[in-house]
Amino acid sequence: MATAGLHDSELGELQRRLIILRVGLLLVVALLGLRLWHLQIREGPYYRDLSENNRTRSVIMEPARGLIYDRNGVLLANNVPSFTLYVSLEDVKDRDLLIDQLTNLLGLDPALVRKKLMARGSKQVPRKVKDRLTLREATLVESHRLDLPGVMVQVESQRNYPGGVTASHLLGYVGEVSPEQLEKPEFADLHQGSIVGQYGVEKFFDRLVRGQAGQKSIEVDAVGHEKRTVVVEQPYAGDNLYLTIDVRLQKVAESLLGEESGAIVALDPRTGDVLAMASRPGFDPNILSRELTPKQWAEIVQNEGRPLNNRASQGQYPPGSVFKVMMAAAALETNTVTPSTTIHCNGGYQFGRRVYHDWKAGGHGSVDLRRALVQSCDVYFYTVGQRMGIEMMASFAHMFGLGEETGIELPSERIGIVPSSAWKQKAKNEPWLPGETISASIGQGYVNVTPLQMASLIGTVANDGVTFRPRLVRAVMDRATGELQERPAVPKRTLKLRPEILPLIKEALAGVVKEGTGTRAKSALVTIAGKTGTAQTTALGKEKKAEKDIPKKFRDHAWFVAFAPVEAPTIAVAVLGEHMGHGGSASAPLAKELIETYVKLMLPPSAGVADGAVVREVDAGGQGAR
Amino acid sequence: MIDRVINSRGFDNFDFRFIGLIFVILGVGVLSIYSVTHDQGVAFPFYAKQIVWIALGAVAFLVMWLSDYHRIARLAYPAYGIILVLLAFVLFEGKSSRGAQRWIPMGPFAFQPSEFAKLVLILTLAHYYSKAPRVGWLQRVVLPGLLVLPGLLLILKQPDLGSGLSFLAVYAAMLLMVGMRSKALGVILLFSLMLFPFAWEMMWGSLHDYQRQRIMAFVDPAYDPGGKGYHALQSRIAIGAGELTGKGLYGGTQSQLKFLPEGHTDFVFSVFAEEWGFLGVLALLILFVTLIWLSLEIVARAKDQLGALLAVGITCMLCFCVVVNIGMTAGMFPIVGIPLPLMSYGGSATIMTMASLGLLLNVKRRRLSFF
Repeated sequence: MATAGLHDSELGELQRRLIILRVGLLLVVALLGLRLWHLQIREGPYYRDLSENNRTRSVIMEPARGLIYDRNGVLLANNVPSFTLYVSLEDVKDRDLLIDQLTNLLGLDPALVRKKLMARGSKQVPRKVKDRLTLREATLVESHRLDLPGVMVQVESQRNYPGGVTASHLLGYVGEVSPEQLEKPEFADLHQGSIVGQYGVEKFFDRLVRGQAGQKSIEVDAVGHEKRTVVVEQPYAGDNLYLTIDVRLQKVAESLLGEESGAIVALDPRTGDVLAMASRPGFDPNILSRELTPKQWAEIVQNEGRPLNNRASQGQYPPGSVFKVMMAAAALETNTVTPSTTIHCNGGYQFGRRVYHDWKAGGHGSVDLRRALVQSCDVYFYTVGQRMGIEMMASFAHMFGLGEETGIELPSERIGIVPSSAWKQKAKNEPWLPGETISASIGQGYVNVTPLQMASLIGTVANDGVTFRPRLVRAVMDRATGELQERPAVPKRTLKLRPEILPLIKEALAGVVKEGTGTRAKSALVTIAGKTGTAQTTALGKEKKAEKDIPKKFRDHAWFVAFAPVEAPTIAVAVLGEHMGHGGSASAPLAKELIETYVKLMLPPSAGVADGAVVREVDAGGQGAR
Repeated sequence: MIDRVINSRGFDNFDFRFIGLIFVILGVGVLSIYSVTHDQGVAFPFYAKQIVWIALGAVAFLVMWLSDYHRIARLAYPAYGIILVLLAFVLFEGKSSRGAQRWIPMGPFAFQPSEFAKLVLILTLAHYYSKAPRVGWLQRVVLPGLLVLPGLLLILKQPDLGSGLSFLAVYAAMLLMVGMRSKALGVILLFSLMLFPFAWEMMWGSLHDYQRQRIMAFVDPAYDPGGKGYHALQSRIAIGAGELTGKGLYGGTQSQLKFLPEGHTDFVFSVFAEEWGFLGVLALLILFVTLIWLSLEIVARAKDQLGALLAVGITCMLCFCVVVNIGMTAGMFPIVGIPLPLMSYGGSATIMTMASLGLLLNVKRRRLSFF
């Protein structure tokens, strides 16, 4: 068996050659050892970092936004759980494939998904692709988990406005922080996909309401699916806001405007509390807080009714005869007239070659200041304005808070226009014309105000000259400590008028409702004082036509400002109806309705209302101790 | 002399050390497989299956150890013929997995003929050289080359680059050891094969990504499906992240969280390196080097030409697989599918390796049978 093919010497030679293998083996193993030493010892820490990065992902835990209540604790904005779709880019190997898959699975717009995934920013932070997934969509994604590396469905709280359209301009809405916003310092601690207030109180108080995001480090497997949580830094919920509005009054204000465009503002003149602030048309913040397609967005922005415009604080209109309230005070203070000075009104005021008409053809006859306010005599105020001059008028208008922000805690408040020669020179680069003083003296021409300014003005009169800054948030509750912090009313300015002036004007304004142009605001429930205003939108001096013959968009704006009760005012109201015609006929009834509602609401719970009259039920249990 | 005669009838110290080493390495392998697949959640996970393969391998080991290798060698040609048929069969009827067709399904398991082909090739070549004096280029190089060629081509067709390279390595090693006119040629051949990894890496490094992907897709589509060297990188990260002392059993996040592909098969070394660190790796290298050293000892003391050639073929194959596998996981070599002997999960490979080692020990046993 041992017959070898080779001689023994050749066997010996083979065995001697083993030295080659031995040396070779040691050489190669030494090389391997060197390589492993290099990987594990020299570059070990580097690779350990890589393996840590491989393994952990940080997930942002969005905070719950603070809740918003009305003054009586009625919930206006809360959060509801909802599913949000995130994509962790680190785990996505083929973006195009993923976009295809998501498009097919959820019917998303591929361009939109692509934009989200390609947006600038750290790869470490998961990208929010879609919020408000339906349960069905969330389940669909979860069941395709293995085919969708890097895709996560997170439960997050989503802003919800139970009242829908109610108080929409006031509350505002939320949305993802925009790339431009992210550049700003106040959004520095946010990231792409963070939700911030984009309008209204949500925007103005965003810092308080926003809360603070938490972070969770999770361990993921090779396809990016969560295995376990490593560290959690809990998010802090935002602070709760208690607004000054009474949502019942707010709803009434909104329904009073109905389908018309306009604004109603109700303040408590004693504190500046905004009791109601309605602007029509409105919008549903629930829809706007969702992600809109460019088309949906264009529809809202291009809507002719401009629903996103808060007419109360951003709409600017000529005040019309409401301006006469300020004019009367100015005329008395400057001694331009005395209460007994009479001016004869024959229906027109001749200035140069031009005649400025009174609203009433034929005129009011001989009128004093009270009658001029009650009848809203234009000629009287033309004369007064002409005597005072535009500069004096402007300085009093500023004292009444016109041409400046009321300071309401809402973004982008407009200030209107108080014209003066300096203003005209600056704005139009033209000299002031004397005739313009005459238009301005009845609140026409260049004069522009917001309904909020008007409410504040009439509130100042009602409150005997003390203006409070309109207050929207009554208290803030710190979510972390549960502490309720009241926000004090802020007096803004006190009118420096002789003490007899404002009572006189108040009495005249009561007369407006009792016997003058505002009788439609007369209430059986409460004494109301007010002033009508009819702001012309087209040039003065046109042929008078029946209102119904004028196209809607050329009709006058209808103003009515009011306060009640006359003796001790607790509410000041400004109503503006766009193109609704005469203030006395269109707006005064709305103001009356609102004031009556407020009065009823303010009655003690045991009180009842029958046949429009208040019937106080005397409660033996001591309830009546007021 | 008398000692040896007595010892030849049973275990001696050498056998004990040799078998001990094998089982220690097998144990390390099972542990690493267990670490990656312990939470697999099936009734019969990989580590359990591997234990079954080891048991079967032990039987093969005993059979190969205790029979006469001369008798086994006489079956070489028919066995090679059968292997060629099986390799051809696999191409038509085999089971595909990850783009390659390497397996013949056998009930719940799959049988990989290319693994067994390596051992059969060693037997065939050893038998060929020892049967008659082989002189001249034709008999020493060309004819055995023609023997190797059909097997090699069939394996490359699967494609199975790893097994193909092993085939070449065995041929080159045998060629070197029988000696040639120009010994230098043999030396160059073997060393160029051993240094191939490093040369390849240099050449590879100079290529563009897309070229590499094309090449890899051509030679072995099974690996790196995502492209861009993802698997190679994950393996390097796993090894590097082990640092000096490792992350401990189950602590290897790369493998536990499946960043590392094929943790229980071709990349079992990376799993081990991540969990046991450089110290563990050094210990493992020493185990392998010792095993190979002992194998070379058997070659050195082989009594006849056949025994020496068998032993040298088996040793070289073992050595080649260990070096290339570790080199590949450590990123010195493109990823070709060569499992780590005795450690990677796999029935065919485990049984074949253990059978080979049994045959090796057989050579050592037989060297005393004439006294």
